[in-house]
Amino acid sequence: MHAIITVLGQDKVGIMAAICTLLAENNVNILDISQTILQSSFTMVMAVDLSASRLSIGELRGALETLGASIGMSIRIQREELFDAMHRV
Amino acid sequence: MLNQKEILSTIEMIAQQHLDIRTITMGISLLDCADPSASRACRKLYDKITRHAEKLVATGEEIEREFGIPIVNKRISVTPVALLAAPGDSDNYAPYAAALDRAAFATGVNFIGGFSALVHKGMTRADECLIRSIPEALSTTERVCASVNIGSTRSGINMDAVSLMGNVITETARATADRDGFGCAKLVVFCNAVEDNPFMAGAFHGAGEAEKVINVGVSGPGVVRHAIEAVRGAPFDVLAETVKKTAFRITRVGQLVALEASRRLDTPFGIVDLSLAPTPAVGDSVARILEEMGLEVCGTHGTTAALALLNDAVKKGGVMASSSVGGLSGAFIPVSEDEGMIAAARAGVLCLDKLEAMTCVCSVGLDMIAVPGDTPPETIAAIIADEAAVGMVNQKTTAVRLLPAPGKSVGDTIEFGGLLGTAPVMPVHKESSAAFIRRGGRIPAPLQSLRN
Repeated sequence: MHAIITVLGQDKVGIMAAICTLLAENNVNILDISQTILQSSFTMVMAVDLSASRLSIGELRGALETLGASIGMSIRIQREELFDAMHRV
Repeated sequence: MLNQKEILSTIEMIAQQHLDIRTITMGISLLDCADPSASRACRKLYDKITRHAEKLVATGEEIEREFGIPIVNKRISVTPVALLAAPGDSDNYAPYAAALDRAAFATGVNFIGGFSALVHKGMTRADECLIRSIPEALSTTERVCASVNIGSTRSGINMDAVSLMGNVITETARATADRDGFGCAKLVVFCNAVEDNPFMAGAFHGAGEAEKVINVGVSGPGVVRHAIEAVRGAPFDVLAETVKKTAFRITRVGQLVALEASRRLDTPFGIVDLSLAPTPAVGDSVARILEEMGLEVCGTHGTTAALALLNDAVKKGGVMASSSVGGLSGAFIPVSEDEGMIAAARAGVLCLDKLEAMTCVCSVGLDMIAVPGDTPPETIAAIIADEAAVGMVNQKTTAVRLLPAPGKSVGDTIEFGGLLGTAPVMPVHKESSAAFIRRGGRIPAPLQSLRN
């Protein structure tokens, strides 16, 4: 299963490191990353593969939300089909 | 591959523009629960509902978590109770409502619809028993919704039933006077009711439906409003195109969720209802879409035309996004549930007569409108008759959900909270319609040709 992780908030040191560590610890493979910073607002979109993940998407969502709260960022994970449905005919 | 802009636009729709799935509604046939013993029938229907819908709420929450899209309501619609209660040994049908209520609590759904009767041409004994049981049923249950279909394009309007409903609405308000007449928020009177509507309070599982089915209602007035802000001042064809594209996207999400729910619950997919359903939250209002089109306040001249464009564009955009569209499908204009409508009504710009005109071009009808507590039952019946006539002649569904506010008059407000919102009491005409309603009988079905 593929999913999209989005991270939004104020730019600071260590955002990528914290998220990538969490994903690596749970055997989640990163397929693609794009990141921009607009007026110190950090935006990152990451496509991941959950087929070998130790956590279900629901559990991963909980873990990412907890991490987001601790570093002051809004982190979401959603199945890729949602975006495909909305933007691809 | 998806690009960042597309992904962020979806996130923005969910996080800031209130995009959500309004409801996953499981329709369940209760025809096989009919029994000469009412208590046995109640036991059967409770068992059947709790068995079929056992995982409905958990599945909805699971989809919500995985896709990151809020699914606001999980609900159940059932066969009109008058059909299954007909062989019963009692004339009081309130126990059936109590059994439905228990099933709603057991499954965790927030509403269950189908305490209903279809009497557009005539009333059976069971239909009349059900209608007369409505005030007790709605005042002694929390989550049960009732509806009565009193007219159709093919059969005309059953004015005896309309008159009866005027009384039933008045009595229901009185029976729930301690809660601002809350019972009436769970009671809809229809003309041309549809059998696969997932939205409350008017949902029921029609006799022509399968054993069980999953219907989904989408929402997204905030998303539409945001999209048309970008084309402010542009001609109407540009406006309509923008609404269509937005409706397409919203509906695709509805279709995705519907198929997912259908698969996980091992229940056939029925329809996606393309309605724009507002909530009292700021930024989730249909009235504000109309105002964004260029009207100072919703209800002023031009409102009906604006709503006609909106309603049509939502359908055109949505219909290609789903394999099966049904239900009510159109823009809803429930006054108490729409922050912009509440403001327009408070300002005195939006009145009952204008709302009636608006219902000629949009989904459903006079919805969640508070009227003075001393409004005579005949006046309520006459409002129902007017609205049913709009539906009957225009071959569309119309509905009336009026809220007589016990002990309150124009200028007062009734407060339900949550999705049901806040309703400013609106004036009705003082002149009597009693002699008109007293006639009884049936208004004949209209001609389907010579349509001018």
